[in-house]
Amino acid sequence: MEIKLNHLTKIFQSKKQEETIAVNQLDTTIPSGKLIGLLGPSGCGKSTTLYMISGLLKPTEGSIFFGDDDVTTVPPEERGIGLVFQNYALYPHMTVRQNIMFPLENLKVPKQEALKQAQDIADLVGIGELMERKPAQLSGGQQQRVAIARALVKKPRVLLLDEPLSNLDARLRLQTREEIKRIQRETGITTIFVTHDQEEAMSISDEIVVMKDGIMQQKGSPQGVYDEPINEFTARFLGTPPINMFDAQIKDGKILVADAAIGDSKLSDRPVRVGIRPEGFKITKTSDFKVEVEFVETIGRDTTLIIKDPQGEGKTFRAIVDADQKITPGKNIALSVKPHKMFLFDAETGERI
Amino acid sequence: MLEDKHNIKAWFYLAPAMVLLIIFTFYPIVNAFFLAFLKDFNYLQGTWQGFTLTENFRFVFSNPNFRDAMLNTFIITFVSVPLAVVIALLVSVWLNSVLKLRGFFQTIFFLPYVTNAIAIGMAFAFLFNRNFGLVNLMLGWVGISPINWVGLGASWGWAMIAFLVFTTWSSLAFRIMVFLSGLQNIDKQYYDAARVDSTRRYRIFRRITVPLLSPMIFYITITSFIGAFKTYTEVVGMFGLRLGPPGNDRAMITIVALVYDALDRSGVTGALSEAAAAALILFGITLFFTLVNMQVSKKRVHY
Repeated sequence: MEIKLNHLTKIFQSKKQEETIAVNQLDTTIPSGKLIGLLGPSGCGKSTTLYMISGLLKPTEGSIFFGDDDVTTVPPEERGIGLVFQNYALYPHMTVRQNIMFPLENLKVPKQEALKQAQDIADLVGIGELMERKPAQLSGGQQQRVAIARALVKKPRVLLLDEPLSNLDARLRLQTREEIKRIQRETGITTIFVTHDQEEAMSISDEIVVMKDGIMQQKGSPQGVYDEPINEFTARFLGTPPINMFDAQIKDGKILVADAAIGDSKLSDRPVRVGIRPEGFKITKTSDFKVEVEFVETIGRDTTLIIKDPQGEGKTFRAIVDADQKITPGKNIALSVKPHKMFLFDAETGERI
Repeated sequence: MLEDKHNIKAWFYLAPAMVLLIIFTFYPIVNAFFLAFLKDFNYLQGTWQGFTLTENFRFVFSNPNFRDAMLNTFIITFVSVPLAVVIALLVSVWLNSVLKLRGFFQTIFFLPYVTNAIAIGMAFAFLFNRNFGLVNLMLGWVGISPINWVGLGASWGWAMIAFLVFTTWSSLAFRIMVFLSGLQNIDKQYYDAARVDSTRRYRIFRRITVPLLSPMIFYITITSFIGAFKTYTEVVGMFGLRLGPPGNDRAMITIVALVYDALDRSGVTGALSEAAAAALILFGITLFFTLVNMQVSKKRVHY
């Protein structure tokens, strides 16, 4: 089921008549059968977008299409969606089985059939042996699976997940996100999930939609957005450790940071912002970009250098280099930059240039 | 040593409350048990002739009004309590869903709580007046001739119906308030989840609202049963101290009224013990039904 959002806008009005534009003219198409991550910092309108797709929130403007059906005014009861809430919203007085069967009973599925479907879906998400427990007797990860099973059991056209992993501990989060990916692939249901964790979105999404202040910034495959950010916000938002930003000048076809040429550009002379991914540095002997190493973090296969920023007193930036190179704090090194890991942005607007 | 010191200190802190409780609660309870088993106790002379296990209870049973009192109390309890709990539940669910004028409606439903039971009883007696009461007027609109609810020579049946309407209504306020606060504590996400899962409204009420509200419903049911078994003030409010319509005195007598009846004769030998025995009977009945309630609700209340 392809989902199309046309000029989708949501304006919240406070009691004092102050308006907050939560989602602003969102235009996008979500391809059928894919796992899409809605990504952005808190307050960017990603959850609002999800709840408008679910029908629990009414858009102020714009329309939502499921395939060819305009569902903008269709109530959530009739949209055929499955929704997993951030806190799961499992009915505390019902057993796991009763929770999963609840949507089927609403659809008047015969008892035997419903029992079988509930068991099948529970097995799929790996909670088949916990059917007689109450939600309070389950761990966070198990509750999460029950919530997914309850959302999936009625075979929805669309599965929506609101921050599905935020209540889990770090280890469980890794495990569960792979689980979500597997379940999505096995069922083939168009799935949209909301997260503020870029790593989470990047690791399992087929496509990500990056939002900021209610406006969609960029959409594409996780790697595509990472490799070609269209503005400074997306460049900074994706990637751990984050991208390094420098104030730079373009002069005679050279990109200058602290008077050292770190690359070439065809642009005319002007001030720019330059972003360099941590993995975009190489240690060489031939570069003008000479810096002093402050700390060295060696974690497994990588070595992260924390380097004094030549332009800012007390500021540092990060470079990830091979662990083979033995570098000690306080050492002076020269860095060159891989051109495809470096992005130029307009100093004023932050747009990619 | 340290432990002991703490204990002494703790008892000092508790002392004011304990003293009041002992004088006004524990002593009267123990005394009531004691009185109920004294033989020929005379309150004025302070004399008695040893103990008896059953005599005072036999006095209560042989009271000509005993059967009426039991019957009335049970009817009042088993009709008005379930009725009031169900109505209060429906009203509070409705109140919880209205957006406009909610404060206004809440105030209206809460008014009986801050009004004296005697005053409300008198107002209801007027509503049910044969000649110019609102009830008969409205019945007249649908072609029903005036009924003598609570007037001179009114029958027990009509008087009981009028009384049940009154007592059910007057007990709504507190229940609605408790249910409303319970409803407002239910996480809205359950309702969102139910909507997304295409749940019909009645099913949401039965499968989600009622179970999640069950601790409140249980609390209200138990306290309502206890309150209804003690019905007395409302009877006086509606019918006065005759405890019945004029010409049909004592038709609406309740178990508590038996206690007061006996107390009225407290100068007579054995009367105070009879009152204590009646109180113990009421205590036994209340205890029994509370235990039944707790047993029944064990499986139905979800905390």
